[in-house]
Amino acid sequence: MTGLILGVSAVLILIILFLIFRVQSLVSVLKGTYNKRVSLSNKVNAILFPISFTMGMILLFWYSDKASEFYLPESASFHGVHTDSLFWITTYIVTAAFIITHILLFWFAYKYQYKEGNQATFFPDNHKLELVWTVIPAILLTILVVFGYKNWSAITNPVLQKDRVEIEVMGKQFAWQVRYAGKDGVIGKYNYKLIDNSNEFGMDMADVNNFDDFTPREIHIPKGRQIFLKIRARDVLHSVFLPHFRVKMDAVPGMPTSFAFTPKYTTAEMAAITGNPTFKYELACTEICGRGHYAMRFIVVVEEEEDYKKWFAEQKSWLETNPDYVNKIPENLRQYVPFAIAPKASAEKSSSDSSAVTPVSTDSLKKEAMASY
Amino acid sequence: MATLDIHAHTADTHDHHDEHEHEHHEQGFIAKYIFSEDHKTIAKQFLISGLFWALIGGSFSAIFRLQLGFPDANLEWLKPLLGEWIQNGKLDPEFYLALVTMHGTIMVFFVLTAGLSGTFSNFLIPLQVGARDMASGFLNMLSYWFFFISSVLMFISLFIETGPASGGWVIYPPLSALPQAMSGSGLGMTLWLSSMAIFIVSSLLGSINYITTIINLRTVGMTFTRLPLTIWAFFLTAIIGVLSFPVLFSAALLLIFDRSFGTSFYLSEIYIGGQALHNMGGSPILFQHLFWFLGHPEVYIVLLPALGITSEIISTNSRKPIFGYKAMIGSMMGITFLSFIVWAHHMFVTGMNPFLGSVFMLLTLIIAVPSAVKAFNYITTLWRGNIVFTPAMLFSIGLVSFFISGGVTGIILGNAALDIQLHDTYYVVAHFHLVMGSASFFGFLAGVYHWFPKMFGRMLDEKLGYIHFWLSFIGIYLVFFPMHYIGIAGFPRRYYSFTSYEAFSTFGDLNMFISIAAITTLSAQLIFGFNFFYSIFKGRKSTQNPWSSNTLEWTAPIIPGHGNWEGDIPHVYRWPYDYSKPGAKEDFIMQNVPLSQTPESNLPFEKDLALEEK
Ligand code: HEM
Ligand SMILES: [Cu+2]
Ligand SMILES: [Cu+2]
Repeated sequence: MTGLILGVSAVLILIILFLIFRVQSLVSVLKGTYNKRVSLSNKVNAILFPISFTMGMILLFWYSDKASEFYLPESASFHGVHTDSLFWITTYIVTAAFIITHILLFWFAYKYQYKEGNQATFFPDNHKLELVWTVIPAILLTILVVFGYKNWSAITNPVLQKDRVEIEVMGKQFAWQVRYAGKDGVIGKYNYKLIDNSNEFGMDMADVNNFDDFTPREIHIPKGRQIFLKIRARDVLHSVFLPHFRVKMDAVPGMPTSFAFTPKYTTAEMAAITGNPTFKYELACTEICGRGHYAMRFIVVVEEEEDYKKWFAEQKSWLETNPDYVNKIPENLRQYVPFAIAPKASAEKSSSDSSAVTPVSTDSLKKEAMASY
Repeated sequence: MATLDIHAHTADTHDHHDEHEHEHHEQGFIAKYIFSEDHKTIAKQFLISGLFWALIGGSFSAIFRLQLGFPDANLEWLKPLLGEWIQNGKLDPEFYLALVTMHGTIMVFFVLTAGLSGTFSNFLIPLQVGARDMASGFLNMLSYWFFFISSVLMFISLFIETGPASGGWVIYPPLSALPQAMSGSGLGMTLWLSSMAIFIVSSLLGSINYITTIINLRTVGMTFTRLPLTIWAFFLTAIIGVLSFPVLFSAALLLIFDRSFGTSFYLSEIYIGGQALHNMGGSPILFQHLFWFLGHPEVYIVLLPALGITSEIISTNSRKPIFGYKAMIGSMMGITFLSFIVWAHHMFVTGMNPFLGSVFMLLTLIIAVPSAVKAFNYITTLWRGNIVFTPAMLFSIGLVSFFISGGVTGIILGNAALDIQLHDTYYVVAHFHLVMGSASFFGFLAGVYHWFPKMFGRMLDEKLGYIHFWLSFIGIYLVFFPMHYIGIAGFPRRYYSFTSYEAFSTFGDLNMFISIAAITTLSAQLIFGFNFFYSIFKGRKSTQNPWSSNTLEWTAPIIPGHGNWEGDIPHVYRWPYDYSKPGAKEDFIMQNVPLSQTPESNLPFEKDLALEEK
């Protein structure tokens, strides 16, 4: 049925086109306009430029105002505030350039339309003019480069804070996985060859730093502390995009990347700002990675320091939820497992109760783990 | 000069009997229309193939726009066309990516590289520099047929069961390297790579020919500073092509090795499909560097010919010399050079060294200067002109508009600090569709409207041309301008659907609006299709110089035969932009008119030249 309608309308359109074509040639033969350089259409086309421009401008201003309501809320990270202001200032500058050049373009098109008996001005060049409009953009662009450079350097060469929270974010088809250092503050080593269905990160059980690492279902981060994302992928490219924080960094298999930022508002505060009580920060993928690329949503929760600490303390380590892997730990390291190991796995005394700090994780082990990253 | 004897030479390559004195011997159908060595026929072959691909590439965008604008619609009615790719009335997400990938590949390479450059470089270079044909008609023919083979392979890949390549037109590995990663990375990707390898051969053969012809076969008096800007643009485009396409070739070759022979150029530490691969030490980033070393210049390969065409058309129809001829050449040279050293602005967030990012930001913003100069020169050319709005002129003005509106957002995206947020969002889609897609496409259309009479000896219908222009011009803005808003709101590109995110759940209405505008704009192109094919046969007959233009092609017969000019090749005595010269009898003086014949309009420096002519 739809096919039929489409077919019929196509035929009708063809007929109309054909008629326009014939009628127009006949009329112009009658009028003898074939010999004239321009016909009435020249006037019509000329006037349509300023008309469509004016309407376009009205649409532009009307909709830009309306659309702002659907933009992302104000930046939820500190560096993002600068990104936004640089973006909007640049946008105003280029919009002005866009409008001015278009006024000239369309105004000239209208004003200098063909008139019988007029002659165009022979004006092949003018070095002063050319110099002016080379230099002005050059200066403007230099200014933009300087500000861009400052922001870019600040974002990409951050001063790493001692109390930063390090989180490993790993992309895979088609989900994000995150890993926290656990109580020892060090994310353990991994090897992609050790990956299996439970050990998604390929955590190396010969590294004690892995014993307390945990892999939650949501990212929780404390407001006001520096967050250091260690980013990688295990199959194809992905890209970490935190739109509310103005953060983006590709996740590359075989080449870890990183991004540091500091959250400015908690989820609750942002809910108040946006007036949306169910507001959630989201993590999206922005590098095409296959069929599920559009659905790699992950939730980020920003909370006050105390809430974060509380949440952190509640997390069970990955090893604890996957006790089978204790068997993969070399005998001599089993003593460092921070929780009671099921009887069969180890005969040794297990000193740990879950609230204690990591028992013995030595400094040298930590350093080694850091260096290996 | 070499130009003078090329005609006889081309003639006897076809000669099966010894009739050397008989110059315009009849060629058989095959030699004339299929395996032709005549640059005009080859140009038409590229043109028709380009239009064919534009139809396919355009229809793909209509299909995925349906998905984006009407995510809940039942697409069961497309089933006869798409078969298994429609499941329960829904487009398969992987097929969505396949459509996007093929749309991009087809538009960039098959329509705007082969279709645009192939058509107009081939058609105009010999006619405008005053040559009987290309330097090597044979290589030129090969260039088309390699393109044809490449097209056939790409076309076949659309119909295979696992689908065509789907990893985006940039085919980043590992996604494109691993058939486990998506079904399009299987046979579809193999076909993509083979097709592109052959495409590169075609492009190189063409480019080498263009360069040689322009350097060696210019007619007497056609110095480089008397070349029309079209020729300058084609010349620089060909140079960019020769220098950058081989890099894509090597990138593709290494990818083929990784795919088929177990090497690890781009692959490292991968666990996929429940299995850890052996590859270690490769770098996916290496591929991106190689790809964009072509990929960015490619943007200019697509755009420069369109700008050249526009320069010619705007000058002719403003009845004024192009403003700043030398500055135009200078800025095109600047763009050509700079286009090779800005590629990594596509890679700001790949984790590359931040300092390198700063360098590329600086270089990228520098390239904006020559681009701005070009825009100003176009506008000044209109100033105090006597403008005739032919359809070609309208499309050229449209191009200038898109070039500016798409160009200014390049200043934002080229700023590394801002690109962090905007990279891979719809903001980028808006930017490159205006500056590269629409601008180049308008250049292509302008060229067709302008040179159609030279190609087919008939005129395209003007009224239909006007309707086509206004629908396309307004339509394109309605399609792509709103994408800026969607991009600012953070919507990522290559997303099948936005419903899974709260942040991207807005703008449903706008997306619907864009889709309607897109499908309308695409349908408007059918007006052009009708006009084109109908006019080839039934269009009004053209006169020899319908636009009162200065360049040499309009001195050739209305339908030039093999060898272009019947008698001697015209000599050239002046630059191509003597429009409305003070004192002149008419508002144009063709390039082959000696200065000694126009004493009334000669400028001071031309008076001496006029004496020398004797
Ligand atoms: C009315 C015509 C067109 C429409 C409606 C259209 C629409 C789109 C849209 C919406 C996308 C993004 C899809 C996504 O990211 O999910 C896209 C991608 C693309 N388009 Fe177009 N487009 C049109 C014409 C063109 C033209 C003339 C070119 C030539 C340069 C072009 C080149 C591309 C490229 C290179 C991509 C990127 C493909 C990729 O992501 O791999 N398009 N198009
Ligand atoms: Cu993805
Ligand atoms: Cu680029």
